[in-house]
Amino acid sequence: MHQVLITGFGVLSASGTEAGAFWDNLAAGKSSLGPLTRVSTERLTTRVAGEITGFNPEDEFGKEVDFLDRFSQLAVICARRALADAGLPQRLDGNVGNAGPANGCGLYAPERVGVLTGTGMGGICSQDQGFRQIYGEHQARIHPFLIPRTMYSAATSQIGMNTGARGPSFTISTACASSTHALGEAWKLIRSGAADMMIAGGSDAPLTFGVIKAWEAMRVLAAAGDDPARACRPFSRDRNGLVLAEGAAMFVLESADAARRRGARVLAELAGYGATADAGHITQPSVEGAAGAMTAALASAGLAPADIDYINAHGTGTKLNDSTEIAAIKRAFGAAAAQLSISSTKSMHGHAMGASGAIELAATLLAMRHDLVPPTANFSQPDPDCDLDVTPNHARPRRIRAALSNSFAFGGLNAVLAVRRA
Amino acid sequence: MPDELTQDVIAIIAREQRLPAETISPEATFEELKIDSLDGVNIVFALEEKYNLTIPDDVAREMKSVRQVVDALRHQLSTASPSPA
Repeated sequence: MHQVLITGFGVLSASGTEAGAFWDNLAAGKSSLGPLTRVSTERLTTRVAGEITGFNPEDEFGKEVDFLDRFSQLAVICARRALADAGLPQRLDGNVGNAGPANGCGLYAPERVGVLTGTGMGGICSQDQGFRQIYGEHQARIHPFLIPRTMYSAATSQIGMNTGARGPSFTISTACASSTHALGEAWKLIRSGAADMMIAGGSDAPLTFGVIKAWEAMRVLAAAGDDPARACRPFSRDRNGLVLAEGAAMFVLESADAARRRGARVLAELAGYGATADAGHITQPSVEGAAGAMTAALASAGLAPADIDYINAHGTGTKLNDSTEIAAIKRAFGAAAAQLSISSTKSMHGHAMGASGAIELAATLLAMRHDLVPPTANFSQPDPDCDLDVTPNHARPRRIRAALSNSFAFGGLNAVLAVRRA
Repeated sequence: MPDELTQDVIAIIAREQRLPAETISPEATFEELKIDSLDGVNIVFALEEKYNLTIPDDVAREMKSVRQVVDALRHQLSTASPSPA
């Protein structure tokens, strides 16, 4: 079994379009949720979202931007940044174009580097637009790039084309746990020796009229109230739902042997991964499933409950998720639960669907780097059903030896990552 | 000076391929312009949108140069009825 190290990452989120700003906002407990501007709110009740602002995809891609749905744009940008952050070249095959023989970058054989991304909704921006044109506007024809933009695996393919990674590459779609499963399965590929390096993470760009309307129908979205920034209040007794967001994060994972051979800077060890299914209800989570995933992640990492200092919770801000998650943490951790620092950074960056787990792993790595637990923002009233330390409103200094990042998807598909200081 | 239809086709190719129109000769092949098959499908889509007609697959597949596009388009415009809206 190979040890797996995290050596670089890139993140794009409402909380920041680069890692420094992203962390500064989280550490300050500052919500970056704001008024929904991406789509007309004329026929919506939703008034709040986690939108990424301040970057122009055309600047990053030129003509190629036409081939990429927004979820792929976010994914590729994060992958490029992750490689740079890891001190690796932008192309791993030594080529300048996206064709020709795989010469290698001198560090990794391209066929030993894979890409594994998670997305809940794939190219839904393009699909929403294209389907509106043919169904709603009765247009005669649909854009020929709709299929290559929309397919869930497009982000994986585009990262491969951009970086020259030619190893095992695919996409996982498990709703709101997608990128956590993707990172976990990438960990397994390196651990087993099937790859030396993986570019893994997730992206989602779900802020379309159709998607928001569909989420409204489920009655789980937070009301904006007078202050959209305060709309998402995980673990607080007055919480009233989740806030949809867009975002992405990608990571460079390397086998420890290879990373050390090239003298890589190590951010943390990706130490374990647990995945379970509730096999229960299509929307209601179960304590057993979530607890089982945490227990499995600890076991695979060789960690005891008392070794964990921080849990970045799934913490969506819905009534049911948050109380179930706290009960699950108690079940998995027993007496050690009382010593944990827990927080939901979704209170600040929102719920970026399948990208959430990756964004929250980035938050967890930064927490570890700074020995600072980011808070759960917008916390106003303790809930007896959420009676663990959820780090209300203010970041707390704490040496973080090891941490978990939780993702529990609709449909009861649970994934948990364990990271350890390296 | 190329005729109006040729200029229109060149303008569409320039827009879709992010190329300066003055660099596109009426005699240029798609290969010379680095227009691959997916780019070609996109250009056909743009032409259909502009002229509100349907270019059949077998005609579209034969378009490998600016001249072929113009000739095929001229033929379609003279014979084809507008596609259903």
